[in-house]
Amino acid sequence: MKRNDIAFWIGAVVFLAAVLVMTQVVANQYPFFAGYVILQSIALAVAWSILGGYAGYVNFGTSAFYGVGVYASVFMVSAFGAPLPLQILTGAAVGALMGLALGLLTLRMQGIFFSIATIALTIVIETTITNWRYVGGAAGIQIQRPAVTSPFDSYVQMLFFVQAVLVVLAVAISRYIQNSWIGRGLQALRDDELAAECSGVPTLRLKLLACVISGALMCAIGAPAAMYLQYADPGSAFNLNYSVTTLAMSLIGGTAHWAGPIIGAILLGTTQQVLTVTISSEVNLLVLGLMLVLFVVGAPEGIVGLINKLRGHRKEGEI
Amino acid sequence: MFSLDLLLDAVVIGVLLGCFYGAVSLGLSVSFGLLDVPHVAHPAFLVLASYAVYFLNENYAVDPLVAGLLITPIFFLLGLAAYRLYYETFEKRGSDASVRGIAFFFGIAFIIEVLIILQFGVDQRSVTASYIGKAWRLSDIRVPYRLLVAFAVATALTMLLTLYLSRTFMGRAIRAVAQDQEALRLMGANPIKVKQWAFGIATAVLGIAGALLIIVAPVDPTLDRAYIGRTFCVVVMAGLGSLGGTLVAAIILGVAESIVLTLFGASWAPAISFAMLLGILAVRPQGLFGRRS
Amino acid sequence: MTLSETQAPLLRICALTKRFGGFTALHRVSVDIRPGERFGLIGPNGSGKTTLINCISGAFRTEPGTILFRDEDITPLQPHLRTRRGIARSFQIPRPFRSMTVAENLMVALDFAAHEHVSVTQRRDTMMSILDQMGLGSKVNVLATQLSQVELRKMELARAMATHPKLLISDEAMAGLSSSEVDEVLDLLLSLASRDITIIMIEHIMQAVMRFSERVMCLDAGRIIAIGAPSEVMADKRVQEAYLGT
Repeated sequence: MKRNDIAFWIGAVVFLAAVLVMTQVVANQYPFFAGYVILQSIALAVAWSILGGYAGYVNFGTSAFYGVGVYASVFMVSAFGAPLPLQILTGAAVGALMGLALGLLTLRMQGIFFSIATIALTIVIETTITNWRYVGGAAGIQIQRPAVTSPFDSYVQMLFFVQAVLVVLAVAISRYIQNSWIGRGLQALRDDELAAECSGVPTLRLKLLACVISGALMCAIGAPAAMYLQYADPGSAFNLNYSVTTLAMSLIGGTAHWAGPIIGAILLGTTQQVLTVTISSEVNLLVLGLMLVLFVVGAPEGIVGLINKLRGHRKEGEI
Repeated sequence: MFSLDLLLDAVVIGVLLGCFYGAVSLGLSVSFGLLDVPHVAHPAFLVLASYAVYFLNENYAVDPLVAGLLITPIFFLLGLAAYRLYYETFEKRGSDASVRGIAFFFGIAFIIEVLIILQFGVDQRSVTASYIGKAWRLSDIRVPYRLLVAFAVATALTMLLTLYLSRTFMGRAIRAVAQDQEALRLMGANPIKVKQWAFGIATAVLGIAGALLIIVAPVDPTLDRAYIGRTFCVVVMAGLGSLGGTLVAAIILGVAESIVLTLFGASWAPAISFAMLLGILAVRPQGLFGRRS
Repeated sequence: MTLSETQAPLLRICALTKRFGGFTALHRVSVDIRPGERFGLIGPNGSGKTTLINCISGAFRTEPGTILFRDEDITPLQPHLRTRRGIARSFQIPRPFRSMTVAENLMVALDFAAHEHVSVTQRRDTMMSILDQMGLGSKVNVLATQLSQVELRKMELARAMATHPKLLISDEAMAGLSSSEVDEVLDLLLSLASRDITIIMIEHIMQAVMRFSERVMCLDAGRIIAIGAPSEVMADKRVQEAYLGT
């Protein structure tokens, strides 16, 4: 266990150092624009799987949390001219509250009812924002980037690094949950809620916890997007495509292990970038949909499941 | 700005609109309400039907309602195939399958959306027919014929399906399968076959419903997202599987939408059905006419 | 009057009523379960046995009526809190955690229901000793979905035991088993009972109930129609009628 922890944190530090070096060395801005989107996908997929994967509550509301994150930033900038870290923290706080509200509202809903409720939440929030003039309403709002802080040369490079930090944070939290009693409890309630309750698992509290953590992360991940695009409008901030993409990445990667969503997001995120550039964004969405259906039908445990199968259940000896 | 006339107008339009919502929700009332299939792709099939009707109308000048009838058998077969796939890959496996089943239908909906975009583009499409574009005046209330047509067909469709489910052998088997699969098995019927047939019927109804959808207003490829709210709101409010309840719930939704539209403007309209759905799920998940707790 | 009758009851059910819509599943059921007792619960299908269990374990809310466990009113408590107080159950249709191995199934109970903070090694030891006792020692790392019917039943009991129960409710743990398997499970329950665990056993297999129980209660249509020594209850005319159907 301990050795794994050290390896993980060394990996995380190496990853962040590499990202930092990249921002200093690479002059071309395009890799950062594209890379930011991929990092954002990874972080979202990892955050999603805490509720959607471990607890088995299929959340279609990724775009609700993401959009609220974006608009938390928009509000903080318009109202107080808040700096980026404060925007992200506000996003996280609002996201946690929103997760709590979602959890309380859907406490006793299961399966499809929970999923439908999360779509409903998305549209209700989107409509509210559309009708809120202060943050631009339906037309959207322009956002001015402040001057970039050293050591970064451009704002996009800085955002790229910030999103990398968010990825590490999300992965570390997800990994911690999986290996702790929380993860075991979530897995138990995912398999059978009543049996979990009767084995002493406080299912309602764990579900709320998963909602809060997952929600806070998703909003925090969405927060820097306002500065990335320098523009926000309800139609794109709350686009249901985020929900589908995130869900697809997590399920294709496999949700049984924290690394699954990362694998899925890197694979799909890169494919998407390539397809969008070379063919069209519609074709890339089609590929995404087809992959999602193929995987849930043919490889329900995702890529992680396939790898485990290839290794012939070598993990069986462990607990 | 607010007047009684305006309100009356809104209520009349709302009732007509509601009956139309009932018609597009009928299929879901069977597939989700009776069969417990998490059919999130229902609205996507609906929009697909609209585009099929559009295609026939645009290229061969077929009347939209006739076109709707023409595609009904194809949608029936589509439904049979979809249920078979769903059953083989998810329902049979049980337990964990529900998570994947939801994702499966979500993926299907997404694929349909993108295919429509690739074929027809993102622009709105509409059909032409003699009854589209004109209105019927009743003193101060102006009722578009397209809504009246939709209302008439929707009501007929609901009655037909209700009769089918209560009077025919297969219809009664479908209702039985929702209550007690084992009993049905003992009677010598294969519950899977019955469910597959029911899913086929539920999808076939979408042929006509899709025609109504494009008669009432122009459609675009992502219209299914708005109809996730409307159809699920209606079915959940009605209480799963209650066809009569479906019509009542749909009228409630139609009137609510129409009144909010009149009082607060179109920008709030998309949220009505979703907000009602959220409220019902949180407060009374068994619906107004629910069959189980 | 025997000694056990003067003791305070472990579980006291007072005037418990449970309705589903217009249907009354339990009507003013009152009964005391004594510490260490082996208690059999019988009744025809739909008589309210499982409903009663669900009320005791907290899966169902009860409207009127109270449940006292070790002199504490547990009626408002959620199921997991009742489990932590010492009430464990198995399910009529086994409900294993399907994505987990046998060991992990038990670890859930040990992680969440165990009262004292013990180290991982200690918990592993407890788990192994429970599994050995249940005859599942060789199945530690087998996925729950790969167990046979009798093994699933045993694992359910093992998982219940891992919560350190004072009261164990076994809901038809022998349904669908062969007669030798029934004896196996019955012996297990008897050996648990000899370790100071109070057991309520719901069962349709009459020989098992007769052999196991010190006291038997028969429910019919949500009411207690007989309670007492097994032989008395079996001889009761109303019990026989309930089973034969009037």
